Amino acid sequence: MSSSLESLYQEVIMDHSRTPHNHGLREGGSAESHQLNPTCGDEVTLRIHSQGDTITSLSWEGHGCAISQASASLLSDVIVDLDRAAVQERIDAFRELMRSKGTLEGDEELLGDAVVLGGVSRYIARVKCAMLAWVALEDAMAKTSAA
Amino acid sequence: MTVPDASTLSDGPLTLAEVERLRADFPILGETVNGHPLSYLDSGATAQRPTHVLEAEHDYLTRRNSAVHRGAHTLAAEATEVFENARARVAAFVGVRENEIVWTSNATEGINLVAYAFSNASLGRGAPASSRFALGEGDEIVTTEMEHHANLIPWQELAARTGATLRVIPIDDDGQLQMAAAEEIIGSRTRVLAFTHVSNVTGVINPVERLVALAHAVGALVVLDACQSAPHRPLDLGALGVDFAVFSGHKMLGPTGVGVLYGRAELLDAMPPFLTGGSMITTVTLEKAEYLPAPQRFEAGTQRVSQAIALGAAVDYLSEVGMQRIHDWEAALGQRLVSGLSAIPGITVLGPPPGVERAGLASFVVEGVHAHDVGQYLDDLGIAVRVGHHCAQPLHRRFGVTASTRASAYLYNTPAEVDAFLEGVREVTAFFGVVPTLYPQSSERTSL
Ligand SMILES: Cc1ncc(COP(=O)(O)O)c(C=O)c1O
Repeated sequence: MSSSLESLYQEVIMDHSRTPHNHGLREGGSAESHQLNPTCGDEVTLRIHSQGDTITSLSWEGHGCAISQASASLLSDVIVDLDRAAVQERIDAFRELMRSKGTLEGDEELLGDAVVLGGVSRYIARVKCAMLAWVALEDAMAKTSAA
Repeated sequence: MTVPDASTLSDGPLTLAEVERLRADFPILGETVNGHPLSYLDSGATAQRPTHVLEAEHDYLTRRNSAVHRGAHTLAAEATEVFENARARVAAFVGVRENEIVWTSNATEGINLVAYAFSNASLGRGAPASSRFALGEGDEIVTTEMEHHANLIPWQELAARTGATLRVIPIDDDGQLQMAAAEEIIGSRTRVLAFTHVSNVTGVINPVERLVALAHAVGALVVLDACQSAPHRPLDLGALGVDFAVFSGHKMLGPTGVGVLYGRAELLDAMPPFLTGGSMITTVTLEKAEYLPAPQRFEAGTQRVSQAIALGAAVDYLSEVGMQRIHDWEAALGQRLVSGLSAIPGITVLGPPPGVERAGLASFVVEGVHAHDVGQYLDDLGIAVRVGHHCAQPLHRRFGVTASTRASAYLYNTPAEVDAFLEGVREVTAFFGVVPTLYPQSSERTSL
């Protein structure tokens, strides 16, 4: 096995995919989004839990490849007690990292452990897997602002 | 430019030495992927092309390129001749006449052509000759649970447009068509029976003659999806008695952008067109047009000439090697795949168990590891496989999964490639740290 494969499937990623955090939809969310990747059937349903303008936590469920599930889990660790602007800032930073084709390190201040997903950006076919939960969060946020 | 040199081919079964020589005809098989020699096990999606086919296209483009069936200059006449000659060779390859072969972009377009022609007939276009294709309420279109989306959605849409009902023949736990159900479903209301010859997921081979007999007994038309059979086994569409059949050039050593619709001559001549425009008419006024007979009636617009010519070269190559020999070689690879996979803990094969006839392919699920991750691991070893639902979501749903990994072989694959692939699959469970709870299917069959 090559080192690039090891950088794609880092230990942190494997741990999150085996024992995902905040897995299982909790009652009382303020908005929800379901995202599907039709090419491989990866699915994530993500719920926003908030208090006033603050997103206090996320809960989610889904199934799919190690990358999509680990990414949802890592995302749910990043989004704790943040206002909407701060959440959007993190989504934007993650998207930029995913589009970097391996040229960016990722801002750990913003993204925490989710920077380990940076290796995915070298595998164009897998970027969608990593983005799935983040797109779900963005979509759920749009629903709350529309409401 | 030569087809495989006849002197290097034997009469008996394909041998490893012969296959090694044939491999040299496929430049891409010499590529390195991720530091490993490429093992291409994705021919079910698209096949690689031998130099012979690439050169035929190049030769045409550098020496003859021009518009066919139009213009009187020398190149145009010669282009028309080689274009029509390719049609004749493809027709002979599947045991039919050249006026029964319509060029399409691919199999998908072929099926849509038939469905839209039926739809137009249902609106009265081409009546009275076309009335045998007209569908309405009370009529039934029958297909199967194992179809590629290309042989399902066009029929869903046709049913929705005409008021006809779509019915589906189920499969059993081994992926085989339930023939008892087929006998019940195919009845006096059935107008169309559309099914695949060989499943692109399970490798199941359907009993074409029995299904044709059931359909013809009630006066229904048969549409055969030959995408996974025309490239891999001797095919005599005339003898099988199907009414229509489709296949794609890119799955049989030919180019993308060209496919074939076969239709029995009397049917094609009675059927209204789908696409209309230039090259398919006799007389046009501002109010209406008269159409050419088949096949030109169904070939509106400028044609994919170089691709059709290259497909002609591809069937020459396949015929030179011998379709029966190709079939036998791949059948052995298919058995090697399925018996090897079935012996690995945590693997469930979709489709027939080892020892039962199947095409040279196998799709499988690794317990606890998503197909995408399986494919990624194999890709790192230079092994190209397909992951996902392979355009057959209902079939995957029937097996209770959303995705699988598929290895599919062709005449250029070797037993050593299959063995390296199996070794890679064995490593997958270790790499992803999954403890399998399923045991080899030979000892305990698990239905997903
Ligand atoms: C059984 C079957 N039918 C139809 C198709 C569609 O072929 P194409 O995409 O070339 O039109 C395929 C190929 O993916 C296939 O395997």
